[in-house]
Amino acid sequence: MNTLLVVLLSEEANPFSLITPNPGLAIWALIIFVALIFILGKFAFKPIASALKEREMHIEESLTQAEKARAEMAALVSKNEELLNQAKEERNQILHDARIVAEKMKNDIIEKAKSEADKKVGDAIREIEIQKKAAIVEVKNSVGALAIEIAEKIVRKELKNDTDHKAFVDALVKESNLN
Amino acid sequence: MFTAYIKRIILFSGIVLSSLAVSAEETETAVATTTEEAHTEAPKADEKFNPTPMILHHIADSHEWDILEMAHIGLPCILYSAESGITTFQYEDGKEVNGYTCEHGGIVREDHAGFIDFSITKNVATMLLAAFILIVVFTSVTKAYTTNKGKAPKGLQSLIEPMVVFIRDDVAKPGIGPKYEKYLPYIMTIFFFILVLNLLGLIPVFPGGANVTGNIAFTLVMAFVAMLVINFSGNKGYWKHILLPQPYFLWPIMFPVELLGIFTKPIALMIRLFANMVAGHIIVLSLICLIFVFGNAGKSVGGSIAGSAIAIPFTLFISCIEVLVAFIQAFIFSMLTSVFIGMAVEEHGHGEEAHH
Repeated sequence: MNTLLVVLLSEEANPFSLITPNPGLAIWALIIFVALIFILGKFAFKPIASALKEREMHIEESLTQAEKARAEMAALVSKNEELLNQAKEERNQILHDARIVAEKMKNDIIEKAKSEADKKVGDAIREIEIQKKAAIVEVKNSVGALAIEIAEKIVRKELKNDTDHKAFVDALVKESNLN
Repeated sequence: MFTAYIKRIILFSGIVLSSLAVSAEETETAVATTTEEAHTEAPKADEKFNPTPMILHHIADSHEWDILEMAHIGLPCILYSAESGITTFQYEDGKEVNGYTCEHGGIVREDHAGFIDFSITKNVATMLLAAFILIVVFTSVTKAYTTNKGKAPKGLQSLIEPMVVFIRDDVAKPGIGPKYEKYLPYIMTIFFFILVLNLLGLIPVFPGGANVTGNIAFTLVMAFVAMLVINFSGNKGYWKHILLPQPYFLWPIMFPVELLGIFTKPIALMIRLFANMVAGHIIVLSLICLIFVFGNAGKSVGGSIAGSAIAIPFTLFISCIEVLVAFIQAFIFSMLTSVFIGMAVEEHGHGEEAHH
């Protein structure tokens, strides 16, 4: 310990002691350091600090702007989706309505067709009936005439009183027609 | 790290004892006697290698700048004494000018009278070099901020910017608080000046090698400026805290303690930087001296080889640590300065008593 102290304090190799401050060096250090603070402060650190600050503010601004743009975009997207959904719903509604209308129309048409067909069939049946009756009448008439003709021919040979016989046959025909 | 602590403790106790026991005149007479002894003992010193003077020579300031021990650049000397006024000359070993003698890189006066040495020594020259490097680097970086405005940093700018941002965001802002912008140039200058000087001190060849941050005069100035800045920026709360410490019945004890606190903070800054840098240089130089100790001052080649085998890896290892320490010490000095400024400018509430 003692020898080390001697070493630290002695100036065997150099008159500059390790722990005795040299006033000349201290004054130089003070001048250089203070000058450096002012020179670097004025020409370097202040401009650098302001440039850094400016850039950081710019970056921050850009980030907030980007965030805002993203939010706007998201709002737009959600709005679009909403519109899309609305349109879909509307389409579904329209389709549904159309389907109902079509169904109704179809039923109406079928109904109408059916009734028309029924009517036509009824008309046809009636027509047929009328035609049938007419045909029957005709057939009866022709059969009656034929029968009369035949009977006349037969009876002419046997009977002289033609008119009495004809009345008698007409009466008979009428009777059969009623049946 | 442990050895660094031991060195630090030894140096610290040495400083305390020296300040108690030694006055300036006593050291001057001691210089005279020891240098005379050194002269008479010169032939004897050849027998055995003594690392102490060699180490002390390398960590001390000098009027000569050695280039690999072969060439010495004599630096300009500016000396002042009451009797002969200002004397200037270029240093050269053995030269005698106006009653001053150049000896072993230093200057003594023949009549042992006191004089002040304003010479451009190795340390002053290194400080000027560091200031020049800083000004060149930072003007080019500042120019880059105007030409490359608003864009990502490029080249040298991207090397400097992380450090600037680190000092601003992790040292000045948390240390000083909201008023940090006013002190930013000062804190930045502390960091970069100490860093460049530390790194220059680690370069063993010509433009580096001066142990400026391990010089007590330099750290004294740094601490002195810090003390002025801290106390001049102290607000009402800071001075009230020092002059009228809170529990009034403890005033007789607390006032001297608080008053002493004004000086202990910068003194701690001074000793921390000085001791750390000196310790690092001493360790590196001691390891190198191992080669000469083992080699018996050049007489034993085998011993030199054995010494080198031990010394080279260890020196490499310690040098790597010293690079780290160069950054750490610059950071710590600026960090603590900003913390002390922060304590002085802080708006004191009631909670501040809890700090002590």
